[in-house]
Amino acid sequence: MPFSEDTLTRLKADAAEITGRYPRARSALLPLLYLVQAEEGYVSDEGMAFCAEVLGITQTEVRGVATFYTMYKHEPAAEYQVGVCINTTCAIMGGDQIWSELAEHVGGHAGDEAAHADALGGTSDHGDIKSADGKVAVERLECNAACDYAPVVMVNWEFFDNQTPQSAKQLVDDLQAGRDVVPTRGPSRLCTWKQANRILAGFGDGQAAEGPSAGHASLVGLKLAKERGWRAPSANGRSAESAPEKSEQVSAAEKGNLPPQHGAATDAGVAAGGSAESAPRDNAETPARDSKESS
Amino acid sequence: MTDTLTPVLTAFWDEPDSFMIDGYRRHHGYEALQKALAMEPDDVIAAVKGSVLRGRGGAGFPTGMKWSFIPQNDGKPHYLTVNADESEPGTCKDIPLMMANPHVLIEGIIITCYAIRASHAFIYVRGEVLHVIRRLQHAVAQAYEAGYIGKDILGSGFDLDVVVHAGAGAYICGEETALLTSLEGYRGLPRNRPPFPAVEGLYASPTVINNVESISSVPSIIANGSDWFSGLGTEKSKGYGIFSLSGHVKNPGQYEAPLGITLRELIDLAGGMLRPGHPLKFWTPGGSSTPLLTHEHLDIPLDFEGVGAAGSMLGTRALQLFDDTTCVLRAALRWTEFYQHESCGKCTPCREGSYWLVRAIERLEQGEGTDEDLETILDVGSNIMGRAFCALGDAVPVPISSAIKYFRDEIILHSKNGGCPFDPAASTAWAV
Repeated sequence: MPFSEDTLTRLKADAAEITGRYPRARSALLPLLYLVQAEEGYVSDEGMAFCAEVLGITQTEVRGVATFYTMYKHEPAAEYQVGVCINTTCAIMGGDQIWSELAEHVGGHAGDEAAHADALGGTSDHGDIKSADGKVAVERLECNAACDYAPVVMVNWEFFDNQTPQSAKQLVDDLQAGRDVVPTRGPSRLCTWKQANRILAGFGDGQAAEGPSAGHASLVGLKLAKERGWRAPSANGRSAESAPEKSEQVSAAEKGNLPPQHGAATDAGVAAGGSAESAPRDNAETPARDSKESS
Repeated sequence: MTDTLTPVLTAFWDEPDSFMIDGYRRHHGYEALQKALAMEPDDVIAAVKGSVLRGRGGAGFPTGMKWSFIPQNDGKPHYLTVNADESEPGTCKDIPLMMANPHVLIEGIIITCYAIRASHAFIYVRGEVLHVIRRLQHAVAQAYEAGYIGKDILGSGFDLDVVVHAGAGAYICGEETALLTSLEGYRGLPRNRPPFPAVEGLYASPTVINNVESISSVPSIIANGSDWFSGLGTEKSKGYGIFSLSGHVKNPGQYEAPLGITLRELIDLAGGMLRPGHPLKFWTPGGSSTPLLTHEHLDIPLDFEGVGAAGSMLGTRALQLFDDTTCVLRAALRWTEFYQHESCGKCTPCREGSYWLVRAIERLEQGEGTDEDLETILDVGSNIMGRAFCALGDAVPVPISSAIKYFRDEIILHSKNGGCPFDPAASTAWAV
């Protein structure tokens, strides 16, 4: 559907801001594609025509770029795109099982998207499996740089760490039911697919300061170093980072036993005193979706 | 005697405002910038050269030397492009770094641009990490507001603009010339070298491309001196780095240590392997593009030379650990499928080779392979290696070749067995 006059005016103002960031306008093509994807949920013919007009290039040139990169959708995306990492570490840690159970849960069969597409007419050209109501789509992702939180699931490019088949299915159910869903390392509210694409186009949503500084696995080395009094040397022999007083060390260790506070990551399963064995990783920060499954 | 772990970049990630400018300044943030701006740009380059910092993105090229290749007084604009496209399977250090401490990267960018006389910098960050992108955008805005970026930075007369640019889901764009092509608004295809980016990079102008962790290490070098940095690490691999443990280990995560620490030490720090009775079987020292190693290599120093001597590469210090419940063929197949998926298609060895390798490995995994398949795989692999256009192609045969090197019998067992002898359920995080 062609953009309305109002929409075009708004998009043109945004596009001018985007092209203004770059010494050469053509560099703006990737963010411009995100901009039109934020508008329609995918990169449509009209969206590509808009990008071509802004940059003074042909629609073919735009299509050539849009089809190279997997983050651009060529059919309407769901409100929530759920991606399961199936690269080696996540796959082996359980991502393969999460994918097959989740695909079936949403209404398809893993590895059988084509047949499923015929049945529902609802899958995209990326092999996504869409729920019947179109609200959620599940797809397989390559490594998302969160291997220390394997197996990982992404929703609209937010991290849902340390998943299980059960927690991933609950996550999809919650999304479909419109219940609040909070990423493990992300803002306190999950944005929609379209809103996510607007951020990718370079327009912030004011949520940068929400969520923890770091997840539990990001902090394991730091916690251990603090417990053992290890630090980087400084140029003049003192610690480069000021060493915490003894009392502060103790209170820092004790903090791990308190419930998570806003903005503060909880202890990483490295127990105080360095007895890491006594704190199996299942006791680490609870993933946003409760995740125990003992099978 | 240096401590076993030496948190520098990770030192205050546990503070709730570590990603805010005030949190960073509380830890001497932006003080190195003031020091650098009082130096001559060439002296900043000399300091980084003197530290012997080697690129933290995998290849290990000396950072200061890279900077010194930028021609001066050439009348062309210069650019800095930060490679924040962290996508190498297993690699997960830059993403938490930018989430928890984006300002150390920005301070490093400003110092680097001052040194190489660039007035425009780009952070090319992979698109699939929304909250990291928010944090970067926010930190850049805060740095503008504070006068650390923009016109006449801290009264020095130096101008700089910094742009956060989201990639769009293509592993190839982590290859430096493909990154530049992508940043110019095209399909992310690699370019011929020479000319090298230092001479003709972004918009055919002199360009430095550095990894996030490399640039983030710069403020600590300026603040504490080259000798401080080169006093850490080993003879030829100086300084500290973030080691990322993942897979079958009790406490996976980020451990910042001097280069040269061993995997045995790291596993011990991480509380041991995940399940009692299931020892380490194979591991990657630095992502899937670095040849697999085994339990025989637990005591090699994790520095560029030590891992090289063991027949692999330090890469990105992405230590993916797999215990004896794991089928090495399944792991190698999945990585090879990844390379097939991510091959940009520009050159024949990588495009065709990755496709045919996957077919042959699949046959083996399904128990339908023959000894000839093994030889075919090694032959195809050796015809990709060194003949592909870029490093992605060179990496394609790495997982399967190294798997065959150490586990030939296990791979053949698949065919004898008529299928995989391993139960994937036994390898999961929730398996007892």
